[in-house]
Amino acid sequence: MSTRLKTGGRFTDGGAQLSFDFNGKKLKGVEGDTLASALLANDQMMVGRSFKYHRPRGIVASGGEEPNALFNMGGTDDFEPNQRATVTELFDGLKITSQNHWPSLEFDIGAINKHLSRFLPAGFYYKMFIHPRPLWKHVYEPFIRQSAGLGKAPRAQDRDPDTYEHFYHFTDVMVVGGGVAGLQAAYAAALTGVKVLLVEQTAHWGGRAPVDGGEVDGLPVGNYVDNLVAELSAMDNVTMRTRMMGAGVYDHGYVLGYERLRDHQPAEIGPRHRLWRIRAAQIVTATGAIERPLSFAGNDVPGVMLAGAVRDYAVNFGVSIGDRTVVVTNNDDAYRTAITLKGLGLDVPCIIDARAGGGGALAEDAKALGIRVENGKAIAKVKGTKRVTGVSLCVQAGEGAELEEIACDAVAMSGGWSPVVHLWSHCGGKLIWDEQQSHFRPDAERPPMGATGEGFVSVAGSANGHLQLAELIGDAHGAGLAAGRAAGGNAAKATIPEGAPTSENPVEPVWLMPQGAGIKLRSKTWLDYQNDVKVSDVQLAAQEGFESVEHAKRYTTLGMATDQGKLSNINGLAVLSDALGQPIPQTGTTTFRPPYTPISMGAIGGEARGKVFQPLRKTPLYEWSDTHGSDWEPVGAWRRPFAYLQPGESVHDAVNREVKNTRENLGLLDASTLGKLIVKGPDAGKFLDMLYTNMMSTLKVGKCRYGLMCSENGFLIDDGVVARLDEETFLCHTTTGGADTIHGHMEEWLQTEWWDWNVYVANVTEQFAQIAVVGPNARKVLEKLGGMDVSKEALAFMEWADGTIGGFDARVFRISFSGELSYEIAVPASQGLAFWEALIEAGEEFGAMPYGTETLHILRAEKGFIMIGDETDGTVIPQDLNLHWALSKKKEDYLGKRAHQRSHMADTDRWKLVGLETVDKSVLPDGAYAVEEGVNANGQRNMFGRVTSTYYSANLERGIAMGLVKNGPDRMGEVIEFPKTDGTIIKAKIVDPVIYDPEGAKQNV
Amino acid sequence: MKRYSAFAVAREALRHHTGWERAWRSPEPKAKYDVIIVGAGGHGLATAYYLGKNFGITNVAVIEKGWLGGGNTGRNTTIIRSNYLQDPSAAIYEKSRSLYETLSQDLNYNVMFSPRGVLMLAQTQHEIRGYKRTAHANALQGVPTEWIEPGKVKEICPIIELNGPRYPVLGGLWQARGGTARHDAVAWGYARACSDMGMDIIQKCEVTGVRTEGGKVVGVDTTKGAIECDKLGGVVAGHSSVLAEMAGFRLPMESVALQALVSEPIKPAMDIVVMANTVHGYLSQSDKGEMVIGGGTDGYNNYTQRGSFHHVEETVRALIETFPMLSRLKMLRQWGGIVDVTGDRSPMLTKTPVEGMFMNCGWGTGGFKAIPGSGWAMAELMAKGESPLTEEFSMWRFKEGKFIDESVAAGVAH
Repeated sequence: MSTRLKTGGRFTDGGAQLSFDFNGKKLKGVEGDTLASALLANDQMMVGRSFKYHRPRGIVASGGEEPNALFNMGGTDDFEPNQRATVTELFDGLKITSQNHWPSLEFDIGAINKHLSRFLPAGFYYKMFIHPRPLWKHVYEPFIRQSAGLGKAPRAQDRDPDTYEHFYHFTDVMVVGGGVAGLQAAYAAALTGVKVLLVEQTAHWGGRAPVDGGEVDGLPVGNYVDNLVAELSAMDNVTMRTRMMGAGVYDHGYVLGYERLRDHQPAEIGPRHRLWRIRAAQIVTATGAIERPLSFAGNDVPGVMLAGAVRDYAVNFGVSIGDRTVVVTNNDDAYRTAITLKGLGLDVPCIIDARAGGGGALAEDAKALGIRVENGKAIAKVKGTKRVTGVSLCVQAGEGAELEEIACDAVAMSGGWSPVVHLWSHCGGKLIWDEQQSHFRPDAERPPMGATGEGFVSVAGSANGHLQLAELIGDAHGAGLAAGRAAGGNAAKATIPEGAPTSENPVEPVWLMPQGAGIKLRSKTWLDYQNDVKVSDVQLAAQEGFESVEHAKRYTTLGMATDQGKLSNINGLAVLSDALGQPIPQTGTTTFRPPYTPISMGAIGGEARGKVFQPLRKTPLYEWSDTHGSDWEPVGAWRRPFAYLQPGESVHDAVNREVKNTRENLGLLDASTLGKLIVKGPDAGKFLDMLYTNMMSTLKVGKCRYGLMCSENGFLIDDGVVARLDEETFLCHTTTGGADTIHGHMEEWLQTEWWDWNVYVANVTEQFAQIAVVGPNARKVLEKLGGMDVSKEALAFMEWADGTIGGFDARVFRISFSGELSYEIAVPASQGLAFWEALIEAGEEFGAMPYGTETLHILRAEKGFIMIGDETDGTVIPQDLNLHWALSKKKEDYLGKRAHQRSHMADTDRWKLVGLETVDKSVLPDGAYAVEEGVNANGQRNMFGRVTSTYYSANLERGIAMGLVKNGPDRMGEVIEFPKTDGTIIKAKIVDPVIYDPEGAKQNV
Repeated sequence: MKRYSAFAVAREALRHHTGWERAWRSPEPKAKYDVIIVGAGGHGLATAYYLGKNFGITNVAVIEKGWLGGGNTGRNTTIIRSNYLQDPSAAIYEKSRSLYETLSQDLNYNVMFSPRGVLMLAQTQHEIRGYKRTAHANALQGVPTEWIEPGKVKEICPIIELNGPRYPVLGGLWQARGGTARHDAVAWGYARACSDMGMDIIQKCEVTGVRTEGGKVVGVDTTKGAIECDKLGGVVAGHSSVLAEMAGFRLPMESVALQALVSEPIKPAMDIVVMANTVHGYLSQSDKGEMVIGGGTDGYNNYTQRGSFHHVEETVRALIETFPMLSRLKMLRQWGGIVDVTGDRSPMLTKTPVEGMFMNCGWGTGGFKAIPGSGWAMAELMAKGESPLTEEFSMWRFKEGKFIDESVAAGVAH
């Protein structure tokens, strides 16, 4: 059984007692524990069930590469699935449940799959469930979905109570990994005088070295690490962070850092995670190496663990994973585990070394401690189901005939070490196969390259394939110095630290144990523990022609689990290479994608959530409208009043009232959201002549002109009134939604095409509150407020003037979007509310009432005025809207002019703007299409027109609509048919779009 | 070819699956083919398949630079729908969707087409109007869709937050027979069927040149030597303009990276596909349990199939607002694929200035759903010289100004 030792651990010594809850059981742990070490200390080796066969799964690793120990954590709002126990620091009150089983971890009905495993090989689902067709959706797939998935889904009603934040950081050198290599590299880089950021994903500096032992500069490596940390902490140019992972490396030295601030202390206040967006001139990845499992039958039984992890639990946490641990290996490093366990008084019945020649000096040490060592041997099979009970010993070179059974309750395995090359590879760094060490490592000749064609990522230590302390310390020192210099540092002088040399026999590749294992053994030999991919599955993939490593991965799901193949990939592609009879480098690896280990969505989202997700834009009249019955409508980032509801009124009633009141008395509209762009400079007129289809350079100061803007493809993109303020200054009004895009549009042309024109554009939309004063009484209220002459003579239609009204600084535009006598008055935003209230008060005797966007729409539709976004949709040209008059014939060029000459643009069959009058006076459905008899070549009904705007007009007491109809203007009086989505048909007559005051008598008074 | 079935799997299980054949052969190229398709992605393989199935043209090679299905076919978010606004789009996407319905049976390969329903959320008044218009058009195009109100949205997608502070859900356009399929399986199923018809799928073979004589295509140069052909189909999403350049003409398109990501797997939480165009994100849950999330395209042209972060950030942030339960899930993996984007965001299935050479490209961010229909139509175009489905998708429409703009109804088209 696994248990807490009396000897204590590096991280847990002196730690307080903590209690936690596992599947409803109260368990005890110690401060400094990970969740994994605490579970092991409570003899909880079995921690979950696998994905496909629901096989019992135990803890297999001690770091982020763990594929099995995943838990549902937390309660309701703070619930989080798939929490990895090996990187979860224990805190008091932590609550977890195990995943993917029903009804319980110990007894799981899904485990029946393991008896069917023979019928469920890789890719079985591609070959089955084909007939009968409906069963896939209704039976097979729901069953597969339910049995797949790991953790529970958070509940729909839960809300993440935590906050997250983003940091921006700029540094010369970033070192990822705070093991001895990372510390040394950071130290060397810092000596060159540059800014250094050093991050470590765990809570502890030093990595594996203090566990593995050895000496640097005559000091035990643990002490050497402590000294380095102390020195680095004292350097001003060094920033150090633990619990922070280098998650991804992107183009141009962009690195994502994932800092976990409160996962280990949830009671503290502050953000849970912090996402660092880092720009580094040079990145050193000192990300270490990960131990590989060995492939033998039953290597997935709980109690089989990586040898390095066994050592970690013993040394760091004072936890033994078993009383009798068999060690099985193809390299010398695993002997350290045997020696460590023996030193703690635990039994190691045998070290099974697959190498015929056995180990080096460490093997001698082990033998000296009385440990039995079997060279050239292998495990044929692990005994036990929910826990190891023994192993059967065989010859590695054979087929697995049992020599003897060795009783044990744990197996420590080591298949060699693979450098962590993820960050190197994210942005295009290439790998080479190291034949001698049987692993892929970064190819220094082919690093990720920056804009200058120089590498911006380098590697240090065991991540670079230097597994021995004596080599890696010098390698890391050199990498740090080089990175510092490449980032602009000095040629620092520093003595290269020396590690004490060790004498180890080389690793020998063992991809299958025993090498001649038959199909029965191979189909019990796991590669990917979580996704249940076995050696036989990869071999089947090869047999069926899935020869590319990507095909094999996708066919078998090898490496697609939450650990992304950190343990399984190399073993898997070695099996694939063997099956294809080709060397491993020819097979290659799958692509490494960010993040290194999963990062929370909350952290990615950052601070921007809820009300600050995207800032809401409010006009100066927002609060007034909100307290006066506004029914809000989102318009871009703005909220605009759709209508102002009086007590007891429906939206429909309110709109009808507003429409009639504005036509008969006086309406006030908050038009502040209208885009206002100042275009200024000697070339402003020339510039606007290019942007608008009509002529703007000839506009007189003091005058306004309605203008159209087209894209270079000729489509109408915006419209609005342009006022000339002085010789060099124009004020261009845009639509509400167009303010930012048209500003961007102008800047793009100015910056990329007409960069030598003297024009500046400023977006002053928010500087002004703009109020439309509309209706027969509009002039009366302004005259009552007084201050400037707004008579027909002083301020004619399509003129503007500066002055004061009622004591407010005002710019008055005599323009109309309603067909009524109308003034649009801009005042400084700060005076907007006071001015509005003055208008309301002064207007009371004239029947003043505010109106919203729906009334605005109805008024303009009655006049046949188009609305960008209603009559236009990105495919409509001015000619379609009978706006030929706004297309200058005098100008040599403007945006869209050439496009309008394209054959389809000049087609006489285009759909054109008309008014539509329903025969039964009902309101046409929005977006309905007009159809004629027959179908087209693809069997679709023939359509020849559509409704673009449709409203109920209280003035006319019937539905009014505008639409685009093929040859529409030539078909006046024709009755056409619009089917609704339910199939019923509405008939409408084609009429002139201007139905209200066609002569313009009401606005020109 | 041995047929796949539950019985076949059971039979093979008894002999430890030693009897399974290769899914597709791995031949060396012949000197000449009637038709060469460049690109063994979904669209290329489907084109070859329907050339054989519908027109009996089987002396065909499909040439692939990397591994088959390794481009956008293997990188997308597997959404299938046909609720497009414009007639030509609705026609080809609905053809495609209807072929998906029976594709597993046609190919004898379970592509796991799952018509779980696709919902396009309306979160602004403008979107409401756009989707109502689309519903009207779809009814006339023979594409069953319906506008649904917020209450129904919540009913079919319980994890959605209707009343988010910024973009409340105002309803949606619902296509009940839209859904997803297993993307790799689509490529593999077509490849197996093509190979079975005697077609050669030649992987790890890069086309380095297009051979023409007198303005007519006669073959291609490849890293495995020159291969002759009578007709050539270019189906190389992400690099279409590169292939066109080899043949001496230009295409009106740009290549950009499209971003996607998945969460860690969880138990079923969402049975439908949701697309939220206002906030540029779309979401479904795979059969493995991962939440599959699609984002936008990078703002710069690129040929590197790599993930970048800024779009991921925008997409995730927006989706958390609409699906708050995502906040405590974790991103497992992000990636990018290179998509060809045309001026109107619609594809080109077209003859080219080179006689005998055809291009099928420009599917932009939404090609997966079109694979069967695209292959069907392209095969017809190549075999007969015309197809009603490709009529409007010619590369010359940009000269005529006859765009097929889908962004009209929805901000982005995926």
